[in-house]
Amino acid sequence: MSQDFGTPVAAPHATTSNNTTRIMATVMLALAPSTLYGFWLYGWPSIYLWLITIAAALFGELFFLRLRDKDATPVLLDGSAVLTGWLLAVSLPPWAPWWIGAFGGLFATTLGKQAFGGLGQNLFNPAMVARVALLISFPVQMTAWVSPAPLFSAAAPGAIDGLMIFFKGITPAYDALSSATTLGFAKTELSRGVDLLQSAAQAPALSFFGNRSGSLGETAAWLIGGGGLVMLFLRIISWHIPVAMLVGIGLPAAILHAADPARYLDMGSHLLSGGAMLGAFFIATDYVTSPNSPVGKLVFGAGCGLLTYIIRTWAGYPEGMAFAVLLMNSLTPIIDTYFKPRIYGRDRRGAPLPTNN
Amino acid sequence: MGFLDRFLKQPSWGVHPDDHKRPAADVPLRHLPPPERIYMPLHQHVGGAARPVVLVGQQVRKGQLIAEAQGNISAPIHAPVSGTVFAIGDVTAPHPSGLPLKAITIDADFRNDWVEADIPADPFALAPEDIAKRAAAAGVVGLGGATFPSAVKFALGKRLKVSTLIVNGGECEPYLSSDDRIMRDFADQVVDGARLVMHAIGAREALVGIEDNKPEATAAMRKAAAPYPEVKICPVPTRYPMGSDKQLIQTLTGKEVPSDARAAEVGVLVHNVSTCAAVHKAIRLGQPLVERIVTLNGGAIAQPGNIYAPLGTMIGDLLAFVGLKETPARLILGGPMMGTPLLHDRIPLVKGASGILAFNAREASKPDAGPCIRCGTCADACPMGLLPMEMAARIRVHDLEGAETFALADCISCGCCAYVCPSHIPLVQYFSHAKGELSNNERAKLRGEATKRLTEAKMARIERENQEKAAAAAKRKAEREAAKAAAEAASQQAQGETA
Repeated sequence: MSQDFGTPVAAPHATTSNNTTRIMATVMLALAPSTLYGFWLYGWPSIYLWLITIAAALFGELFFLRLRDKDATPVLLDGSAVLTGWLLAVSLPPWAPWWIGAFGGLFATTLGKQAFGGLGQNLFNPAMVARVALLISFPVQMTAWVSPAPLFSAAAPGAIDGLMIFFKGITPAYDALSSATTLGFAKTELSRGVDLLQSAAQAPALSFFGNRSGSLGETAAWLIGGGGLVMLFLRIISWHIPVAMLVGIGLPAAILHAADPARYLDMGSHLLSGGAMLGAFFIATDYVTSPNSPVGKLVFGAGCGLLTYIIRTWAGYPEGMAFAVLLMNSLTPIIDTYFKPRIYGRDRRGAPLPTNN
Repeated sequence: MGFLDRFLKQPSWGVHPDDHKRPAADVPLRHLPPPERIYMPLHQHVGGAARPVVLVGQQVRKGQLIAEAQGNISAPIHAPVSGTVFAIGDVTAPHPSGLPLKAITIDADFRNDWVEADIPADPFALAPEDIAKRAAAAGVVGLGGATFPSAVKFALGKRLKVSTLIVNGGECEPYLSSDDRIMRDFADQVVDGARLVMHAIGAREALVGIEDNKPEATAAMRKAAAPYPEVKICPVPTRYPMGSDKQLIQTLTGKEVPSDARAAEVGVLVHNVSTCAAVHKAIRLGQPLVERIVTLNGGAIAQPGNIYAPLGTMIGDLLAFVGLKETPARLILGGPMMGTPLLHDRIPLVKGASGILAFNAREASKPDAGPCIRCGTCADACPMGLLPMEMAARIRVHDLEGAETFALADCISCGCCAYVCPSHIPLVQYFSHAKGELSNNERAKLRGEATKRLTEAKMARIERENQEKAAAAAKRKAEREAAKAAAEAASQQAQGETA
């Protein structure tokens, strides 16, 4: 018998069962517990916000792909746009109005991602690009926090009331829920000349379990960290960036707090509030915008952590994670250039090892 | 990544594909009845092709030299069956191009009539060079797939000081089990061959690296090597590409082969287990390399297993022997990680063919490539510590020099990166393309330089010739004038005399 087997394809003729969609789906599953906790904590408006942010991110991607005359279906199905919208949503104030989510989602996938050429091409983390754009454009809405009013509790708005809040803003009936985050509170008090030792008594409760005001999915450090550990064990991410970033925030916080507790928040507050945990496990570890070599990852993570601490402590914004990650994103190509893994048979500089026989 | 690996003392490089070795590996070895006609290609090794020394119509015996080595790196070819030379013509090369390859066709007479063998009484009394000479004459080449003429490697071992012979029983490619079978069924031959190679290269010890997914082979080899303390059986972790010489050397000795250098330069030499068995046959039995064990495996094959077959057998005959359940969707020579896709089955079995895989549609299906998400999985998997995504990004925009700065030349084309890529980017294809392009450029550059040198030499020659011509002309002119002057002087003198 003699037959033709068609166009030959190059080796390898075996391939992993892993794929981009599966990676994105795993990250989303790891992110789900803290998001669901956020839904429970902040009720219906947060659910609507999450939905519209993801929908807008998908729409932005679809719109740009149409402009570029590309087949949108496989790209939309790879899960990256959903994940971008999701990551943005969990970093937003839970009762933010609908247009914040819509604008942010669109911004993330259009100017944050597709404008660079789509998946894998963007220099900056799309979700953080959108978050920073929102923070600068709409500072009032982006720093309007609410106290937790768990779903189905008496204080919580129902599905219809939630829709009203979502579309018309926080109505006077729910004004009492307005609140500040730990970092925002510390910033305000310090700027008023009240030192932290005095103001600590009225500080918004810092809780490892996340039962406090904050972004939609950022308050429950244990759920985010747990999701991060799951990703570590499934080898979706490596330990380098999260550990380096948490050390980068925690170490200066511990030193400065020890030196002057009246001016500097303690390490626990820094690590467990704001976007530190989310940033360390879900944002800074974004493949596209972070370095590849282990040492490069350590440098990148430490830079993210340090910049977060510096911006939180001395800059005008209470929230430093998004800025820090974006700044370090811009350094990723340089870090990649300087920190390459050692090649077999070559020294660190790339010169062949000496031969001795 | 690699945190758990390092924790468990596993290598941090490489991949762990499903091995698919069983049940084919456990099926007893079968012998292929000699086919009616075999096609023995003249080029079955790295280096120069062999030159035929038989004529069409000539009777040959099994093991008779039919083509002799040509050049420093080459190997002779012997008749795998006894019979009549039918033709010396073209067959399809075992290469995706499907280009023709010169082959000697022999019609078998089924007499299994061997040439008389030259067997030394005590091979260990032979000079090391003599072992190499006999192995070279028997056409022994590396049977792990590289097909480098073994004797040339022995000579290298003598020239550089080699203390350790590494016997490669890694067989890390999924689906393949021909080396496993050799070690299980012919452990004594492998150990004896390894000791002969040690003698040939002057090594003091032999380390036999066997992946720990082959416990039966390890046990058989332990038993065979028990009387010889210098031959050590060393189970190594199952991890692709453990069978790559650089990775095996690092695992067994901790030594790293410098880039651009050969293994001998760190005092080791690597030979495959099947090569050792072939050396045993060449020296102890005086039998040249005319047969081999080949794995036939894959979803389209009815009775997968290992077949002992004469070289030159058409792959179609082998497939007919093991039976096909369905029309294969892809035919591969070698393993799935580095094997060569074949255009059809009218291609002969060659010395380096450790396996023939007939994949069904499910095994052959390849997901479409997506964009690189820079996940770095390829870099984590690369056993050479390279950055495949960075090289591919540069090759994609035709920046070949840029890819070269990332040590493209050090890529061993093992396929780990393309295997793990979640976007299924055909990275190895990128690298092969770039390497080919670069060597073409290099050749073109050398050719250009040679042309320039020749042109310059020609110009200089023309210049010199012109100068010489001018000088000769001037000389002739001067001589003519001198003669004229002399003639005039003579005539004046004559006039004066007459006056």
